[in-house]
Amino acid sequence: MTMNPPAVLAELRGARKRDGAQLALDGSDLAVHGGELLALLGPNGAGKTTAIGLLLGLLDADEGEVRLFARSPQELAARRGVGLMLQAAELADTLKVGELLDLTRSYYPQPRSVADCVALAGLDGLLGRRYGKLSGGQQRRVQFALALCGRPRLLFLDEPTTGLDIEARQGLWKAIRELVADGCGVLLTTHYLEEAEALADRVVVLNRGHVVAAGSVGEVRARVDQRRIRCQSRLTADEVSRWPGVRSAGADHGRLEIVADVAEPVVRRLLAEDAGLADLEVQRAGLAEAFIELTREAA
Amino acid sequence: MDTFPIPAHSNLRSYLLEAKYEFIRLWRTPSFALPSLLFPILFYVLFGVILSGGRGGAEIARYLLATYGVFGIMGSALFGFGVTIAIERENGQLEYKRALPMPPGAVLIAKMAMAMLFASITSLLLAAIGAFAAGVELAPWQWLALFAVNVLGVLPFCAVGLLIGALVGGSAAPAVVNLIYLPMAFLSGLWMPLSVLPAFLSSAAPVWPSYHLAQIALKVVGRDAGGPLWLHFGVLAMVTVTCFLLARRRLAASR
Repeated sequence: MTMNPPAVLAELRGARKRDGAQLALDGSDLAVHGGELLALLGPNGAGKTTAIGLLLGLLDADEGEVRLFARSPQELAARRGVGLMLQAAELADTLKVGELLDLTRSYYPQPRSVADCVALAGLDGLLGRRYGKLSGGQQRRVQFALALCGRPRLLFLDEPTTGLDIEARQGLWKAIRELVADGCGVLLTTHYLEEAEALADRVVVLNRGHVVAAGSVGEVRARVDQRRIRCQSRLTADEVSRWPGVRSAGADHGRLEIVADVAEPVVRRLLAEDAGLADLEVQRAGLAEAFIELTREAA
Repeated sequence: MDTFPIPAHSNLRSYLLEAKYEFIRLWRTPSFALPSLLFPILFYVLFGVILSGGRGGAEIARYLLATYGVFGIMGSALFGFGVTIAIERENGQLEYKRALPMPPGAVLIAKMAMAMLFASITSLLLAAIGAFAAGVELAPWQWLALFAVNVLGVLPFCAVGLLIGALVGGSAAPAVVNLIYLPMAFLSGLWMPLSVLPAFLSSAAPVWPSYHLAQIALKVVGRDAGGPLWLHFGVLAMVTVTCFLLARRRLAASR
């Protein structure tokens, strides 16, 4: 047998979905492969929820094609390969964690053992507790356990770390990386761009129902070739912002902060005009800047 | 060739577990379980046993055994469906479950099974009180028939509850259910015979589905108003189908 490229687990092809008078998704393409984490980014109302709704069979596309494991997502068999964590969904709060696991595992043909779920999601000591009595972070871990209990080949994680402290977030990231390394495909939506930067193999940025950028984190970041310059200076943000090549300038905790297309000419002029300039720092733009820039351009 | 073979899987266990956990959830919600089970019992003890003592007491107890059964099962069906569906629709639970590979209709079937289980408990408790405390004497087929009317009688009220749950939000649902439940019980002669009501109310009773279920139950104990059975069954079937279809359309549109 030859090595095939990683299979496409879920995809949208030219998917269009109208929501009232508005186009929630306007002919978008999207594909999630096995063994990769795809981060779906975009401001509120960009079409992320619609895209996920289509892929899970919660919505029907007006046009275009939606495939989940080469089937229609409406088919039960297709959804048996999927685990999910939905940010907006509450669970039955009078049921105990072990009971929720028992029920959700029954939907899948080859579920993980309860012990595996406990270990992967960090549920030690929680099985006998009622879901409604858990802290927000514990509830997130239970939701994660329910998402992976069916041994899914594709995970939908919608804002999985909202409300988690740093340690719990790192723990969840580690578990997600392990699942991806095992060949699981993950579609992640998140507001934390550092989360996408830390986890994603590929990024798709949606804005107003359109895919405005797609590629690796590095590629998307490179779409916005900007530098961030910080320094202590007597120059004001106001005057620097009028310099050629400067996109914006502001003051942050008493430091001057400049965003420029190319750093060198701006730095040269800064040093020339302010001999007392100190604490100079130049950085490449991160995914966050790229994201803001991409969604602004398209708007 | 199937690129993604997904092993066959039986749905039976999911249906059973869904029903089991629906029951556990309701059982652990005292604001649902207590009134649903206790109100019809308390009312029956009060009006059927204590206040009806003396002349004609057993006759009144027999009438009320049939009508409080209907009253009781109507409550657990309307609340069990209307309020829980409204809440689960609002907090995203229904959508989450629909996205999961949960077998089709499992939520509805579980809720229906629960309404029937609560109806059986209510029916058995009322029968025990009727037989041992109120002196009601019935033939074995009558006891059985009354039980069957109570358990199957939940269906139209499940459908009405489903429609309410599909239309109103979680916080409004209990009030809306009460607004329908209590007047309908009163106007259908479930608390006291219709002959006690003013003529314009008693003659309007046939518009309520609970009236028709009560008439079937009363026919079993020989105290009905004499309407044909097919009419009562027909009205109940129509209410069930209409409410179910309207609710389904509404739930699909809210996607």
